[in-house]
Amino acid sequence: MSPLVIAVLIIAALGAVAALALAVADKYLAVKEDPRIGLVTAALPGANCGGCGFAGCGDYARALVAGTAAAGSCTAADAKVNEEIAQILGVAATATEKRVALVKCCGTRSEAIRVGDYNGLADCASAAATAGGDKGCRFGCLGYGACAHVCPQNAIRIEDGLAIVDKRLCVGCGKCVAACPRKLIALVPAKATIHVLCNNPLRGPEVIKVCGVGCMGCHLCEKHVGKESNQFTFDRFLAQINYANPPTDAALVDKCPRKCIREDHHFETGH
Amino acid sequence: MRYLIIIVGAVLVNNFVLNRFLGCCPFLGVSKKTETAIGMSGAVVFVMTIAAAVTWLIDHYLLAPFGLGYIHTLAFILVIASLVQFIDIAMKRFMPPLHAALGIFLPLITTNCAVLGVAELNCKNGTPFFESVLFSFAAALGFGLALVIFSGIREKLALADPPRCFRGVALALVTGGLLSLAFMGFSGLVKMPY
Repeated sequence: MSPLVIAVLIIAALGAVAALALAVADKYLAVKEDPRIGLVTAALPGANCGGCGFAGCGDYARALVAGTAAAGSCTAADAKVNEEIAQILGVAATATEKRVALVKCCGTRSEAIRVGDYNGLADCASAAATAGGDKGCRFGCLGYGACAHVCPQNAIRIEDGLAIVDKRLCVGCGKCVAACPRKLIALVPAKATIHVLCNNPLRGPEVIKVCGVGCMGCHLCEKHVGKESNQFTFDRFLAQINYANPPTDAALVDKCPRKCIREDHHFETGH
Repeated sequence: MRYLIIIVGAVLVNNFVLNRFLGCCPFLGVSKKTETAIGMSGAVVFVMTIAAAVTWLIDHYLLAPFGLGYIHTLAFILVIASLVQFIDIAMKRFMPPLHAALGIFLPLITTNCAVLGVAELNCKNGTPFFESVLFSFAAALGFGLALVIFSGIREKLALADPPRCFRGVALALVTGGLLSLAFMGFSGLVKMPY
């Protein structure tokens, strides 16, 4: 037999043996999984953000099918997804309200006063630990992007020294909330459109000293909508939206003398 | 003593990534986090050791008797690819915890050049069976060592503020080069038997 034929035969035989072994292994060693796990995994958003407390969507699906996880822990799922999962599992759907991260600061480089020059590690925690950071305001966004680094959806970017959340990309996993050393990121209902973008509870004169757009607690917003409507709460000299009953009146934006009440589109991409 | 020299030689002196430039793709690709780097190293050690043993047997008992040594690259690719698939299936069935730790890395190294490279080197050097397997195991350890060191550096570098033109891959390649330079310091530490 010519060497050419032998070579072809040997390689073909090797391939055939390998194929046979794989086919046999696939048939006899296959792990029997509940088929619903695959279905639920496919129905989930697939963001693998960990917002539900499990290591990714596959893990959460496994727990859902096993019955050890509550349906509706997924923050990224909308009502339709929950409905679909409930149908697969044969249980009643529980609604989750979609929540998104909100950075409660609008002190850009031009508005917020910097009291020092920080050029250490480009990290918020490190900046905050270095004499409180370079920003005059001790409550505002440092802008070194600790939140943007942990965001699994790349929904946060730093623009003009300020973290900005893209509401359409955010799935509300809350990783940024934990990462922010200033604790100024909160999860708020996605349907709320008007926000107070300030986190400084100090009295007016002290806020004005460090920021051009800080809330001084003048209560004009509350007066505009009426105290009885219960849309605002106050923490010392800081107005806060009552997200159980958020305001919808866009005129509030112009009422704020400090321009720190903003409408949604101010923190979406392409504003 | 000979075995010790083989191990030191493969891990430090002729490090697979930093000296032979084999397996650069996972070296750059999965080195952003130490945790994943360790997982990848584990998978490489596992696959390289087993692949070396199997390819040695194939080479000596199947190809050599027919004088088909020239075709071994083709045969090795075939064997290693199916072997890794087989390991993946078998591991999922019999060792679920290990599969959970290494599973996602296994398909990534089916035709990794480090795995193929070690089989080729064993073939070229004509080493006996046990030495081949030991050499492959040590080479994989060296790969793991380089990967873990590199990922540690990259984790720290992620917090630095380099000039814009250096960011990302450029800085990773410069770092890899410097690491390789550092490993050059080991040359001459032992005299390789082959």
